[in-house]
Amino acid sequence: MNKRAIYLLLPGLLFLAAFMLVPITLTVGSTFVQDGKLTLEGYLHFFRDGYFNRILLTTLRVSVVTTLICMLLGYPAAYYISRASARKKGILLALSIFPLLTSPVVRSFSWMIILGKKGLINSFLVNTGLIDKPLDILYTPAAMMIGLVHLFLPLIIITLLGVMENLDHELVRAARSLGASPFAAFRKITFPLTVPGLIIGGILVFVGSLTAYTTPALLGGKERVVSTFLYQNAMTLNDWQAASVIAVIMIVITFVVVGLMNAWANRLNPKG
Amino acid sequence: MKEGNRALSLYTVLVFIFLLGPLVIISITSFEPGTVLKFPPEGFSLKWYQNIFEVSAFMETFKTSMIISLLGNLLALLLGVPAAYALSRYRFRGRDTLNAIFLSPVLIPGIVLGFTLLRYLIVVYGLPIVAGLLIGHTVIMLPFIIRVIASSLENFDFAVEEAAQSLGASRLQTFFKVVLPNIRSGILAAILIAFLESFNNVDISVFMTGPGISTLPIQMLTYVQNYFDPTIAAISVILMVLTAALMFVIERLMGFAYFTKR
Repeated sequence: MNKRAIYLLLPGLLFLAAFMLVPITLTVGSTFVQDGKLTLEGYLHFFRDGYFNRILLTTLRVSVVTTLICMLLGYPAAYYISRASARKKGILLALSIFPLLTSPVVRSFSWMIILGKKGLINSFLVNTGLIDKPLDILYTPAAMMIGLVHLFLPLIIITLLGVMENLDHELVRAARSLGASPFAAFRKITFPLTVPGLIIGGILVFVGSLTAYTTPALLGGKERVVSTFLYQNAMTLNDWQAASVIAVIMIVITFVVVGLMNAWANRLNPKG
Repeated sequence: MKEGNRALSLYTVLVFIFLLGPLVIISITSFEPGTVLKFPPEGFSLKWYQNIFEVSAFMETFKTSMIISLLGNLLALLLGVPAAYALSRYRFRGRDTLNAIFLSPVLIPGIVLGFTLLRYLIVVYGLPIVAGLLIGHTVIMLPFIIRVIASSLENFDFAVEEAAQSLGASRLQTFFKVVLPNIRSGILAAILIAFLESFNNVDISVFMTGPGISTLPIQMLTYVQNYFDPTIAAISVILMVLTAALMFVIERLMGFAYFTKR
């Protein structure tokens, strides 16, 4: 390797080693040791505990549903934007990027106003006489899902948009000139070619939902997900052993999901 | 096809109403004169905007957030610009791996990173909380700095650099007089994107608070969990205006192409 390159890369690498790699390695290591002995007890204790399993299950369920809804809402919108005129495309892209750059605290808080007991939805439903008592939406897994879909929808839209922009429209035109209906051309060409993008966008949403803290903390109430449970163990209960185990479980799940889905996306990629 | 187009455009409109509606609602409620957030508001008042400046915790944490984000940004630039340059300029074995390592902080869940930094930096190494806050923010800004700058270096022709050197410029001179001016807008955009990422961060900061030390998002989070008055709505509006302004500058500097690239 070029000596000059080493000198330029070294400060950054040392920084990441000292302040990311070492702390994480030590945390992972600490979960296998108890009273000076090597053991899996930390993990066994967790998976034997019904409470943690429920939290893990809630988290996975919320993340899966969030990802599916984001795909369902994001794909058609991205497709529409990719086919729009340059001017419209620019405006819609800007409108997608703006929420992405806006603080997650602001975005989750806006849903507290809408979903709360005296929130927009409940006061509408009560005032119109559709229901007598306000519904409990806020502080449920459903509220978390709504907040997370709102948080990650722009991400999947702009990811898909990137893929759709790179799509070779000559292929679609060729299919059309050979007699394919617009829908057939979409189904046989556009969709298969953009599926890898849908998967990549899906990974981003899924991993993001799995590890999000702000939105579940604000919209979930007492309902816990793994990230808020990690925080609770570390900061409220001061059980750092437990927090470390949760941290490692989160890292493992993230890496496994990213690895598997990346492999899947690559296999589907016709250019790959 | 026309029918399909109409349905699709209606669907897209609904998606954008879902995306932007809550932000519009939060903005409108910030003008509520009463003490409880309501939609629609029962009048028009700017008193909650005034309240932001009267609650000293908001001003204090805003200052901390600014200082941490700006200092962290500077640190991330000092570490990231040379790295981005080396990764774009030189071809060597293991380059892809190194690239992945530099971008890896985005792969580690923020909440995990925050916890490990608290546990080791603060408790084991004994660093002060502010240092932990600064380091954590630098770690999460680094990938953004490197990615944006590397992508603007992609458009830079390194032959120009060789030309300057053959005319007698030193490596350092070449870098500061030829390379840097050419990627200036990329660097500015990187600074702004990293700044927003750091300024809005909760996952790391939530572990790095102590007596007198907190950041604005954490202060907002704590406030929301205790009070439900329109102050946070007012702060939200100010933050959104700032975000929109920075976004406008980013667009001017390099367009939005960066965002759609993965």
